[in-house]
Amino acid sequence: MNDTSQSRLSSKDLTLGYATSKILEHVDIAIPDGKITALIGANGSGKSTLLKTLGRILQPIEGTVFLDGKAIASIPSRDIARALALLPQSPISPDGLTVRQLCRFGRHPHKGMLARITRHDEEIVEHAIAATGLTDLTERPLDRLSGGQRQRAWIAMALAQQTPILLLDEPTTYLDIAHQLEVLELLRELNRKQGRTIVMVVHDLNHAAQYADHIVAVANGGIHAAGRPTDLLRPALIKIVFGVDAMVIPHPIDGTPLCLPFASGQ
Amino acid sequence: MNVDVMSRTTNRIDLRALTTGLIALGLILVIAVLAMTIGAVTLSIGQVLDGLAGGKSAFIVTQYRVPRVAISILAGGSFGVAGVFLQGALRNPLASPDVVGITKCAGLGAFLAGILTPPAWAIWAVPSGVFAGAMIGALILLTVGRSFGGGIAALALVGVALGLFAQALMQYVMVLFPTRADQAMIWLAGSVYGSTGTKVVALAIWLALCLPLVIVASMKLDAGGFADDTLISLGISPGLLRGGLIIVSVLLTAGAVASVGSMGFLGLLAPHAARLMVGARARHLVPVSALLGALTLSAADLVGRIIALPNEIPAGIVAAVIGGPYLIFLLIKEAGRHE
Repeated sequence: MNDTSQSRLSSKDLTLGYATSKILEHVDIAIPDGKITALIGANGSGKSTLLKTLGRILQPIEGTVFLDGKAIASIPSRDIARALALLPQSPISPDGLTVRQLCRFGRHPHKGMLARITRHDEEIVEHAIAATGLTDLTERPLDRLSGGQRQRAWIAMALAQQTPILLLDEPTTYLDIAHQLEVLELLRELNRKQGRTIVMVVHDLNHAAQYADHIVAVANGGIHAAGRPTDLLRPALIKIVFGVDAMVIPHPIDGTPLCLPFASGQ
Repeated sequence: MNVDVMSRTTNRIDLRALTTGLIALGLILVIAVLAMTIGAVTLSIGQVLDGLAGGKSAFIVTQYRVPRVAISILAGGSFGVAGVFLQGALRNPLASPDVVGITKCAGLGAFLAGILTPPAWAIWAVPSGVFAGAMIGALILLTVGRSFGGGIAALALVGVALGLFAQALMQYVMVLFPTRADQAMIWLAGSVYGSTGTKVVALAIWLALCLPLVIVASMKLDAGGFADDTLISLGISPGLLRGGLIIVSVLLTAGAVASVGSMGFLGLLAPHAARLMVGARARHLVPVSALLGALTLSAADLVGRIIALPNEIPAGIVAAVIGGPYLIFLLIKEAGRHE
């Protein structure tokens, strides 16, 4: 593996999809601990399916996902929920929840069947809300938040879950540029300051280049390549993964690869 | 400052739930008193109290009017809570034990039990039929729904199909046994007529047995509003959560149907009205929905008894006639608030 010294979350020989149509085959992936990993790939390539399988939302047809060396299917769901949290692309919440009430659900895996929220839980919830910059909106219902604020509220719930690993399915979809950067900066901060392992499906190649330490390119029914953004993001790879021609230049501000796709006809 | 804002918001919502609950409770009491005084023989409140204490009107009060009021309250409350749980389980405000076929299966079970057993057995055969029907219906709903992936849409659609099937079977049986059809029709419309003390005690015991389950279900109800992927991420089994809520809903529905017949409409109306009044959080929604269910059924029975004297209109029909327009009124009011 590339720069993966340690990996709590990995898979061996995964086959994903439906009995009749397989989406991905022979997937071996190791998520580097303490790093930001971006899954990239064309629409329908299976990157989101892969993320959901790593987060045991979907079961693989064949193969195994490993968490701390154990097959994830053999670990009780509540135990997994203390190690990893998955934020879906368009999460649905119960009606009328406030930010605080949403985040309290994040404490569920740490509590008994019918245990109540304790002072300790409440402190963790408030900490999670503060970390996402929502303290002033703690008592506001989710449906009265902007798209970016709502996404941060969901991230706060995942933080209250206190999992070392955080999986996010396209966390910036439906957000405008300012809010996209806001969410990505927040994720980077959580990674750098708290050392959380982050795995996210990203649509925008340049976001992946700027924010990820490790990129996994999904194409043609499998993992096409994996590695550091500077090593990986080359015109040839973009052509194979997305089917477009592109120029790659160093980003004028931070030197990360900047991909400039163009239509072949021009 | 933050804490201040928090307590203010929480207090305001709590206060509204509390006021709504108290008003509903007050109305239930008023109707209960009216229902004990009004009837073929009009009694004064003093005579009712006297009768309760074993005085002159004891027979009419304790044998006839009290059971009827008590059954209306218990069964109405059960329908209300059953509806809340089912709507929460299926994450669909249009779900009710009626819509997903549970009450129809229960009705079919009761009808078959009534026809296939000697009349003398009816006192236990019919409730047994109700439970068998409701449970078999729920089992089919959960198994078939699961084979389609157990998703919300699958459960709802299977339920609708199941209800139609049970209804068709019932109509077929009614054609086969036309002499029993009248009795079945009244029972299907739902009526509190003929409530006895024994029925009250039976329903009260049943509900007391269900109470622990109802409390657990209420604590878990809010989580039902998440999509399955979030539930799994939180370590909650969606199947267990939704299946559990459905089972508790079926138990309550079966108890209520066994006492008053099929009044599934209440399971739709009460939760809806409660949600529009006090919001969707379980801690407010469940008790207010129970109170509104009880209020609607007792009001409907009172109206049904006096509006067409000396005849009676089954409470189920009155509830639908009053409740339907009221629900539309609430929805219009709610829509207006969002604009």
